[in-house]
Amino acid sequence: MFARGIKRKCFDGEEDIEGTLAGFKSVPSYNLQRQSLLDMSLVKLQLCHMLVEPNLCRSVLIANTVRQIQEEMTQDGTWQVINAQNTGQASLDRLVSSDILCRSTKEQNEGKLVPSYSGFSKDFENTPSQDIISDLSTVTSVQAPRNPQSNNVWEMENSQENRGNFQKSLDQIFETLENKNPNSVEDLFSDVDNSYYDLDTVLTGMMNNTKMGHCDVLESFSSQTTTNSNSNCKSDINELDHIVEILVES
Amino acid sequence: MRGPGPEARMGVGGCWPRLPALPLSSPPLYRPRAPREVVGHFTEEETEAGERPPGPFALPRKKLRRRKRPRARARWPACTSRSCIALPSRGSRSRRHAVREPIARPPAAHSRRLLSARRRRAWGAAAAPEAGREPARAGPAVPGSRCRGGSRASVGEGAGGGNDIQWCFSQVKGAVDDDVAEADIISTVEFNHSGELLATGDKGGRVVIFQQEQENKTQTHSRGEYNVYSTFQSHEPEFDYLKSLEIEEKINKIRWLPQKNAAQFLLSTNDKTIKLWKISERDKRPEGYNLKEEDGRYRDPTTVTTLRVPVFRPMDLMVEASPRRIFANAHTYHINSISINSDYETYLSADDLRINLWHLEITDRSFNIVDIKPANMEELTEVITAAEFHPNSCNTFVYSSSKGTIRLCDMRASALCDRHSKLFEEPEDPSNRSFFSEIISSISDVKFSHSGRYMMTRDYLSVKIWDLNMENRPVETYQVHEYLRSKLCSLYENDCIFDKFECCWNGSDSVVMTGSYNNFFRMFDRNTKRDITLEASRENNKPRTVLKPRKVCASGKRKKDEISVDSLDFNKKILHTAWHPKENIIAVATTNNLYIFQDKVN
Repeated sequence: MFARGIKRKCFDGEEDIEGTLAGFKSVPSYNLQRQSLLDMSLVKLQLCHMLVEPNLCRSVLIANTVRQIQEEMTQDGTWQVINAQNTGQASLDRLVSSDILCRSTKEQNEGKLVPSYSGFSKDFENTPSQDIISDLSTVTSVQAPRNPQSNNVWEMENSQENRGNFQKSLDQIFETLENKNPNSVEDLFSDVDNSYYDLDTVLTGMMNNTKMGHCDVLESFSSQTTTNSNSNCKSDINELDHIVEILVES
Repeated sequence: MRGPGPEARMGVGGCWPRLPALPLSSPPLYRPRAPREVVGHFTEEETEAGERPPGPFALPRKKLRRRKRPRARARWPACTSRSCIALPSRGSRSRRHAVREPIARPPAAHSRRLLSARRRRAWGAAAAPEAGREPARAGPAVPGSRCRGGSRASVGEGAGGGNDIQWCFSQVKGAVDDDVAEADIISTVEFNHSGELLATGDKGGRVVIFQQEQENKTQTHSRGEYNVYSTFQSHEPEFDYLKSLEIEEKINKIRWLPQKNAAQFLLSTNDKTIKLWKISERDKRPEGYNLKEEDGRYRDPTTVTTLRVPVFRPMDLMVEASPRRIFANAHTYHINSISINSDYETYLSADDLRINLWHLEITDRSFNIVDIKPANMEELTEVITAAEFHPNSCNTFVYSSSKGTIRLCDMRASALCDRHSKLFEEPEDPSNRSFFSEIISSISDVKFSHSGRYMMTRDYLSVKIWDLNMENRPVETYQVHEYLRSKLCSLYENDCIFDKFECCWNGSDSVVMTGSYNNFFRMFDRNTKRDITLEASRENNKPRTVLKPRKVCASGKRKKDEISVDSLDFNKKILHTAWHPKENIIAVATTNNLYIFQDKVN
């Protein structure tokens, strides 16, 4: 009846999540639910099959859900950090298994531990969404001053680049959603713009992104595009116009 | 179809009511039709060729040039604002406005489908695969579809919604086997204004029209049943070469035009193109040509010895469908709604981000009246999900969004209706807040009542009825399947949470109906506040079997005859329903079958 292929059962009511936790059998916490929902949403966004144009309404709703979770996580200050080996040779397969536990203020008050979610990610197929998830996971909580009680242990140096990376990936998703206009004339004759599946694009994205001055991920989320893509768009539109003229006249 | 010729002469527009007069203060939306100019001024060379010499009172003739094209066409006022899209036609040089990508037009030849009356009747009785294209809509003979006198089914327990109407099975159309061909999935259902015709569109781009048989004196205990009247291929799959994407041929919406002459007109749309179809009957044909044989071959004129006048002779009824207008290349995103204005001359088409206003006779130009596309696509958070014209005011329309808001706009306020006149939004219930609150608040359908005072919106879990005079909350809210609220995460996982259910009013605006899962559909009586859940399944195939009300139990204890939430089949969903405008006849579309139910007539 429900979709197959995802072993993890979704929590409806009180059900234990079996087996995949690293030894933790607990009632699924709110953070856990939220995190797995975030993962699911990102997978959904990525898996738009490319032959028929993806449904814009659905994509927008999923993206809004992702944003909402982002907002909440930022406010809570509970960015889960995974010690990803985020070098240039970050492998596409498994998320790095991490034993990093992150305590949020909420959990601290209740005395619970929020287990890492790496186990869940192992269930995922080898999709390129892993890039995004791993990037997401490396974003740190910079809310330490706001949350003196949180024990966010790990701070990544390239945290800001990763945040920008996430935004850039979401940008790419929207770009694909909006139109399939390729960025160069040659791509006009190639099949599908698969650029965001490429690891290279993701990594170059990391370097292209300007440093975000703000700590708030949300702001970087909704900020303007970088000047890069702006100028790209304009030249693209001119080229496209030219091409359309040719095609229509013929 | 391009060029001014046949469209300008088409008399359809002339038969329809005029636009109501606008107050002087507001700018006129359209100029009145330009008077027809007489064409045919000849040049001097032609007059010298073989004309009679001018008489004594003839005035000197001016040298005039023959016009290349007749100018007698209704024109939109020339507009240079960004709201007017002048669509490029092939080969035209002027391209002032936004250019849309050219999309290959479907050839016109295949679009005619002739179906003789004899074949039509056979269609309803047995599954006769006529040609490769014909949908297997007939199915095996359903003996129950002919009502037998005297059989009585057991009365369903409990009174139903709608003034204690008891709903009976009447007919089912479509293939029996469970293996659903993708092209047979029904995607829209619509009664025409009289209720005599019922149109369905499917994922394969076909439109099938059913006609209600005239009621017989002998069968007073049933209303006429619906049989296939016409079938045609409305849209073909296309390929957008610039984007390298396929354009689906699935019919998203069908809307009937009110009948003005013997022919019927409907608008059908897929994701990108809207077509105006004319469905006409032919029951006479001319016979007795002098120069042509009966089979069409030409006769040798020397063999003609006598002359006769061709006469019309009756023939088997033929129903022809022909595309009269094709409105293409105006939408970048997927069209989700079309709605005909109450002036019967214009209509709107809405896609995810824009709404365009068309004139039914003009295919190369449309006005953009709503545009919510942000300058930066990354800031996109809201899309248009449905739009409809007010049934009485020709200047008012509403559109709903994915955030659960409905905006009412007045076209007299400005050319581009970016600012709404009214905003209908219910504040969120904080106790029910979850991650999915926004998704389930997304409105999938909006319908005005026939009176025009109320409008109904359908979001994922409920149906809300709004009074147009009150913006801050709906006047009535009906929960369709509240038991799914705890299952939202699973429904999000399997994408069912994005299903777009439609809703409909009955003819008197007293009952509303919408679909659900497991082939259930629900009706809510606004007066008695009672509701009923019924199932569209082949198990109740007997004629005039009264449908038994169903119940879904949410919590643990399951009573007899109840269905638990976990055993619902989420692949069997009823998204499209329609209610006859005058009688208690409903058409309910499951995945690939069309069920027709009537109320019990004693």
